[in-house]
Amino acid sequence: MPETLSAWERVLLARNPARPHTQDYVADLISGFVELHGDRRFGDDPALLGGIGTFRGRAVVVVGHRKGSNTQENLTHNFGMPRPEGYRKALRLMQHAEKFGMPLIAFVDTPGAEPGIGSEERGQAVAIAENLLALASLRVPTVAVVIGEGGSGGALAISVADRILMLENAIYAVASPEACAAILWKDATKAPEAAATMRVTAADLYGFGIVDEVIPEPVPAHEQPTQTIQRVGDAIERHLSELEAMVQDGDAGLDALLAARYQKYRRIGRWVEETDPTRHPNGPVPSHTAD
Amino acid sequence: MRELFRRQPRFTVEPQGEDSPVVPDDLWVKCPRCRELTYSREFERELRVCPRCNHHFRLTAAQRIAMLTDPGSFVEWDAGLEAADPLGFAAGGESYPDKVATAKRKSGAREALITGSARLDGRPFALAVAEFGFMGASMGSVFGEKLVRAIERAIEQELPLVTVSSSGGARMQESPFSLMQMAKTTAALARLGEARLPHIAVLVDPCYGGVTASYTTVADVIIAEPGAMIGFAGPRVIEQITRQKLPEGFQTAEFLLEHGMIDLIAPRRTLRAKIATLLDHYALARRQPARRTAGAAASAQEAPDA
Repeated sequence: MPETLSAWERVLLARNPARPHTQDYVADLISGFVELHGDRRFGDDPALLGGIGTFRGRAVVVVGHRKGSNTQENLTHNFGMPRPEGYRKALRLMQHAEKFGMPLIAFVDTPGAEPGIGSEERGQAVAIAENLLALASLRVPTVAVVIGEGGSGGALAISVADRILMLENAIYAVASPEACAAILWKDATKAPEAAATMRVTAADLYGFGIVDEVIPEPVPAHEQPTQTIQRVGDAIERHLSELEAMVQDGDAGLDALLAARYQKYRRIGRWVEETDPTRHPNGPVPSHTAD
Repeated sequence: MRELFRRQPRFTVEPQGEDSPVVPDDLWVKCPRCRELTYSREFERELRVCPRCNHHFRLTAAQRIAMLTDPGSFVEWDAGLEAADPLGFAAGGESYPDKVATAKRKSGAREALITGSARLDGRPFALAVAEFGFMGASMGSVFGEKLVRAIERAIEQELPLVTVSSSGGARMQESPFSLMQMAKTTAALARLGEARLPHIAVLVDPCYGGVTASYTTVADVIIAEPGAMIGFAGPRVIEQITRQKLPEGFQTAEFLLEHGMIDLIAPRRTLRAKIATLLDHYALARRQPARRTAGAAASAQEAPDA
C-alpha cells in the first residue's frame, strides 16, 4: 500500500463491507470448524462468532466479531456490535480453550460494543470487564488479529492476547473518529481530522509498542481476499509457534507465558514523573518506567 | 465529623464551575434537584447530601479521602506522575498539554486519580480515588499507572483495596494508551485476586465507559451511592442510536441494583461504616484455616472471581 494513505482513508478501507470478515478467515483457515452458540445465560449473539476447529495441525478455539457484507447481513449480525451475551459466549469459549489446552485465536472487527437499553440492563460493562480479567490469566497461548475495525472496549474484550497483530489497513482506537469529533470538536463531520489526531492506524500502534506485528496489505484486503487471509494465517502460525514453544514444559512455561503477558500490558503508557525521592514515602516504586 | 472537609490543609479544594453548589455568600446551598436551600454548615454536616431530597452532591477526591480515612493517616503514593502527550493531540485550537494545565489549575489536582495508603478507624488499606474535576476523571496513562502501582503495593503490603470511581471513561487524548489501561488495570486486579486480597469498588456519580467496563466492575464488592448514574454508554448516545425513550430511572444505582449489577447501595453517611465492616470480615477470613493459598488458587479451572 502507498505510505501516503491518510488515516481517514484507512478508516474507510477498514470499514469496507467487501473486506474479508471473521467468517471468511474461519472458512479458509480453520478446518472442521464447529460453531458453538450461546452464552448459557440469556441468548446467542449473532454479532460474535465462536467455535472450535483445527488450525494448521492444532485444535484451537476461535472467537471473532461477525460483520455482514451487505445491509441484510449487517442487520442480522447487528453490524458486528456485540451485546453482553456475545461477550459472555466469548468468555465461555475462552474457558473452554483453557480447559482443553487449545490456543485461542481472536479476530477483531467491530465498531464497538452495542450501546442499547437491553445491553445496559444485562451488564455490557461488566461483561467486557470480566473478559479482560479472564484473558489476563488464561492459561493457553492467545493471538488476536485486528482485521478491520478495532472499536474501543468492544474490541478489547476479546483482544487482550499474548500477541496482537494488525492488518495494515485496520484501525484500533478508544472511540470511533465520529464520536471523538462529536465530543472534542462538537462536530461529527470532523471525523477525518479526529482519525488523524487519534493515531488509529496499524503503523501508529506498532510504533507505540501496542501491537506486535503489522501484516502488510500490498493491495487492500478486499481486492485480494484469499491472499490476505493466507498472509494473516501465516502470521498467526508464526506467533502461535513461538508461544507454543514457550509452554512446552507445561506449568512452568505457562507461568512464564502469563508473566510475559502481564508485562506486555503493564508497560503500556506514557507519563512524566517527578523523580524527587522524598515524594515517595514508601520508597522507590517498582522498576517500571515510561517507555 | 463536622469539620470533616476542613481537616487536611492539602485537600481543601472547593468545587469550581457550574457544578458548584455553594451560593455566592457561602451561607446557603441550593439543591439542583429539589431547589431547596440548606444552611451550608448543615450541608457539610450531612456530608454534602441534601437533607430534603437525599440528592448526593459530587465530592472532590480530597473530600472523599477525608470522609473515608482517619485524620492524618492518608499517605499519598506516586503524586509526581503527570500526563505526557504521546499523540501530540490537539483539538479545536487547544493542545492536550494546555487542557491538562487548565485541569490542574481548576481542580487543584495533578491528575485524575489519587492513590495512597490510609487507615479507617485503625484498619490499614490502600485507597484510589478518582478526581472528577480533572478532565472528568478520564482514564489515561497516569490514571492506569498509578492504579496499577497502588495494586502492586497492596499485594506487597497485603492491604485490601478500596477504589472510589466516577469517570467519563477512557481519555480520548491518549487514545490507544487509554484503551490499554483498561487491560492493564484489570490484569493487576487478577493478581490482587490471586493474593486473595479484596477489592471494594465504590461507584459514584457519574461513572461511565472504560472505567465501568474495566477495573471497577470486577470488584469483589460493588457499592454505589444513591442516585448515582452508572453505565457503559452514555444515555444521550443510547437515545440517539436506538431512537427509543429511555426507561424511568435508567442507569441509576437503583436500576443497577434491580438488574443484579451491583451488590448494594450505601447512602453517603453509612458508607464509611459499611466499608469498615467489610474490611473486618475479610481481615478475619485471612486468618481462617479454610483460606486457599495463592499457589493453590492458580488452577486452570478457576472462574474469574478476582
